[in-house]
Amino acid sequence: MRIGLVLRAAMVALLLALVLRPGWFEPVFAPLAPAGGPVIYTRSSLLSLSLSHLWLVAAASSLATLVAVTLAILVTRPAGAAFRPLSRTITNVGQTFPPVAVLALAVPVLGFGAGPTLVALFLYGLLPIFENAMTGLSTLPPHTMEAARGIGLNNRQRLMRVELPLALPVILAGIRLSVVIALGTATIGSTVAARTLGEVIIAGLLTNNTAFVLQGGLIVGLFAVLIYDALVMLEHRLARRSGRAQRG
Amino acid sequence: MTGSSDLRGRSPDLRARAARLPLSPPGILFAALGVLALALPFLSLAANRIVAGEGVSAFASAGVPTVAVAIACIAAGLALGLVRGAPWMRLGGSLLGLAGLVLLLSQGATTLLDGAGDFARVSPAAGFWCLALALMLLMADALSTMGLGPWRRGGLLVLLLAALAAVLWSGLLGDLSIAQEYRGRIAAFRTATWRHVGLAFGSLAAAAAIGFPLGILCHRRPGLRGSVLPVLSFLQTIPSLAMFGLMIPLLGWVGSTVPGARELGIAGIGFAPAFVALVLYSLLPVVANTVAGLAAAPASALEASRGMGMTAMQRLVRVELPLGMPVILAGLRIVLVQNVGLAVIAGLIGGGGYGTFVFQGLNQTATDLILLGALPTVLMALVSAIVMDILVDLARPTPERSR
Amino acid sequence: MIEIDRITKVYDGHAAVDEVSMTVETGTITAIVGTSGSGKTTLLRMINRLVEPSSGEVRINGEPTHAVKPHLLRRRIGYAIQGHGLFPHHSVARNIGAVPQLQGWDKAKIRARVDELLTLFGLEPDAYRDRFPGELSGGQQQRVGVARALASRPDLLLMDEPFGALDPIIRTRAQQDLRDIQRKLGSTIMLVTHDMDEAVSLGDKVAVMDQGRLVQYGPPEEIIARPATGFVADMVGDAERPMRLLSLIPVSDLIEEGAAPGEPVTAGATLREALSACLWTGRDAVPVTRDGAPAGRVTLQAIRARAERQA
Repeated sequence: MRIGLVLRAAMVALLLALVLRPGWFEPVFAPLAPAGGPVIYTRSSLLSLSLSHLWLVAAASSLATLVAVTLAILVTRPAGAAFRPLSRTITNVGQTFPPVAVLALAVPVLGFGAGPTLVALFLYGLLPIFENAMTGLSTLPPHTMEAARGIGLNNRQRLMRVELPLALPVILAGIRLSVVIALGTATIGSTVAARTLGEVIIAGLLTNNTAFVLQGGLIVGLFAVLIYDALVMLEHRLARRSGRAQRG
Repeated sequence: MTGSSDLRGRSPDLRARAARLPLSPPGILFAALGVLALALPFLSLAANRIVAGEGVSAFASAGVPTVAVAIACIAAGLALGLVRGAPWMRLGGSLLGLAGLVLLLSQGATTLLDGAGDFARVSPAAGFWCLALALMLLMADALSTMGLGPWRRGGLLVLLLAALAAVLWSGLLGDLSIAQEYRGRIAAFRTATWRHVGLAFGSLAAAAAIGFPLGILCHRRPGLRGSVLPVLSFLQTIPSLAMFGLMIPLLGWVGSTVPGARELGIAGIGFAPAFVALVLYSLLPVVANTVAGLAAAPASALEASRGMGMTAMQRLVRVELPLGMPVILAGLRIVLVQNVGLAVIAGLIGGGGYGTFVFQGLNQTATDLILLGALPTVLMALVSAIVMDILVDLARPTPERSR
Repeated sequence: MIEIDRITKVYDGHAAVDEVSMTVETGTITAIVGTSGSGKTTLLRMINRLVEPSSGEVRINGEPTHAVKPHLLRRRIGYAIQGHGLFPHHSVARNIGAVPQLQGWDKAKIRARVDELLTLFGLEPDAYRDRFPGELSGGQQQRVGVARALASRPDLLLMDEPFGALDPIIRTRAQQDLRDIQRKLGSTIMLVTHDMDEAVSLGDKVAVMDQGRLVQYGPPEEIIARPATGFVADMVGDAERPMRLLSLIPVSDLIEEGAAPGEPVTAGATLREALSACLWTGRDAVPVTRDGAPAGRVTLQAIRARAERQA
């Protein structure tokens, strides 16, 4: 636990330094840059790229969470039961669609820029959240549900006070999956001219500049690992509170 | 569970009315989507492959008799989809509708190109995609309520693929822009296909070769499991582009320093870094599912197998592996589908595959070139998923009697 | 003959089984009874070396078990456990034939043995051979589990709470069946249970374990009549003792000349059943029949005297 804490602190520090003071790392990356070429990416500020990257992910994921959880609630009500097999099939089939293909297919419709990336991230992010929310809401302990009805909660109260809180850890696991995928896919968004950290990697790939590739890769990688880790910790806390056995 | 207990709380006449309604609610949704789609442009006609096209309505895309027949097919298909509790009829409806769609697409492209100039291009537009989506959702909904066994699903998949191949082979869609892109790149497309298959399936094989023994080892030694699985899940959180990018310097270094590595094709650019990145991504699902699968054998069966004098190897081969096979195969399914998709990124680092077309298309803003890369990728991922699902079902240790 | 010689298992400095010695005669049922944590299961598992003893040894027909490789030893010893432990992915026939197959019997011989055992356990071979365990009832699964343990004609059959997962009515039936089959085959059985009734009704000898030690080992009558320690007396239960004792003695022991009114009991029934018949119908004596013919009577007085004297 102690080692984990030190490791996390070190990663946060490294990430902040890479984003805010990229100049410090010039000696580290210099051997990787082509002779005479730039070592540190300066075409735009890494901070603004990071913020724009995170904003895209946050916007897409929040929207996806809102829509996916709403749909999952609708489908797990008796009135929506007819849509349950369909929604299961759509999630299964939808997740076989490669994220890159979803991104590429959004371009013809929406043009270049942040738009298609946002839509692709949103669409692709829906599936894991919806799937987990469905699982969470349809596998509640029957005794608890019986008790909730027994003490006289109405449908709405049951949903808000019992079902959603109990399903929260499972839903959150879906959100985590979705956010990690979104962080990765947003990187590819740079190929359709969205402003994300992928810009740095792609610039490196195009100019054979390994320093850029490593720089961009490290920053995105650290973001992904840290966000994933933070969400896992949050899940564990919630799972403990709601008494659901949760495997790492 | 919650559904049925909730039902009891509902007013009885509401339930009765829902039961009497002969229409399928999803069917209503598909029909509405279909009607909406008819209002959108069905095809788009552009002066050349780069400029944006102009939308053409489904009703104006071909001669009146053709349009009438095609729209009738589509409408009839969607209408059949409304019938509740008759999945075969709904499946037939979706096929009829798709046939109408292909007819309209094929005739529409030919009609619009006629006299539109040498460089003119016709592509499917939003209306077509929405109709295709509605009809395919209808098919998926019908199939999912049928609950077919693995053999029947396999047979149906073969039939559908044969139908698709026949449509493509016949040249019915030859006037579409994407077909023109294809004709310009037949050799490149073939190479890309093999490369994509090589990347996706090759990395699957490599990941299985490494992951199975590792998973078995992790199953036997809980201590090892505790250190291997977190490392592998850490690898999976690294965004794909970064992973592919990081493989370039790494393999470049290996290629230039390890003697003989370059002769084996290991270099910083091309197939090798993409392949290694895919293998690294694949290890987690393979190892984690192998561990979970091996742990799926009931404790009492394991105790009995030890008690009757099976050796560790006999236990693995006769009890643990057969009982865990569905879970292990499910891991391979995840890997295969994931790798078919991720292999697209190889196109960015010169690794070949369908990604080449996708990224070329994005560079040239040539939509149809993007589609030429993206559609086969989606198809390959879908077919892989369906085939793997069938295998998972067939691997179930206690066969269902109803087959 | 199974000889257990000063066998001990130590876990973290604590003896789970502490210097237990006992001898089991061939062709008998020995019931090892104790509370959970008494070491009874560990004792059983040391016999087929699922648990390696810390010290002491077990000899089967004079041969020490540690002279054989563990998996080869286990193939000679049948093993049936609670919740049957059948392989869910193998048919009933494959489950029963598992050990013969491990021992390399040829197919025809395995098949014949499987059918023989299915018939013995009252399962029609043609109907049950190809079913899967999931398609059987709990009682049938348990019978297949025992049949599997007997398949290779083992020197010894070890059973760990074999009836623990069955409901009471099926359990009584299964106990009777086991008794009958053991008589028929002359098998040597060691059985672990926490249920004194089961131990007393099944065992030719009963071994009572407490905190790793064997506190009493003898025929059931002796355990009930003369418990060696307070723990054994608790296990037997003071209030139940006369009834338990009567349930061990057949009516034929107390038959006397004479007639009695009402429904008869059979000579093979227990005194407990005869007593019950007396009390329920308000009679002082009940008639006894042997093979359908009248054989005399048994009186309430004689039953009372028998229960009294022993206690």
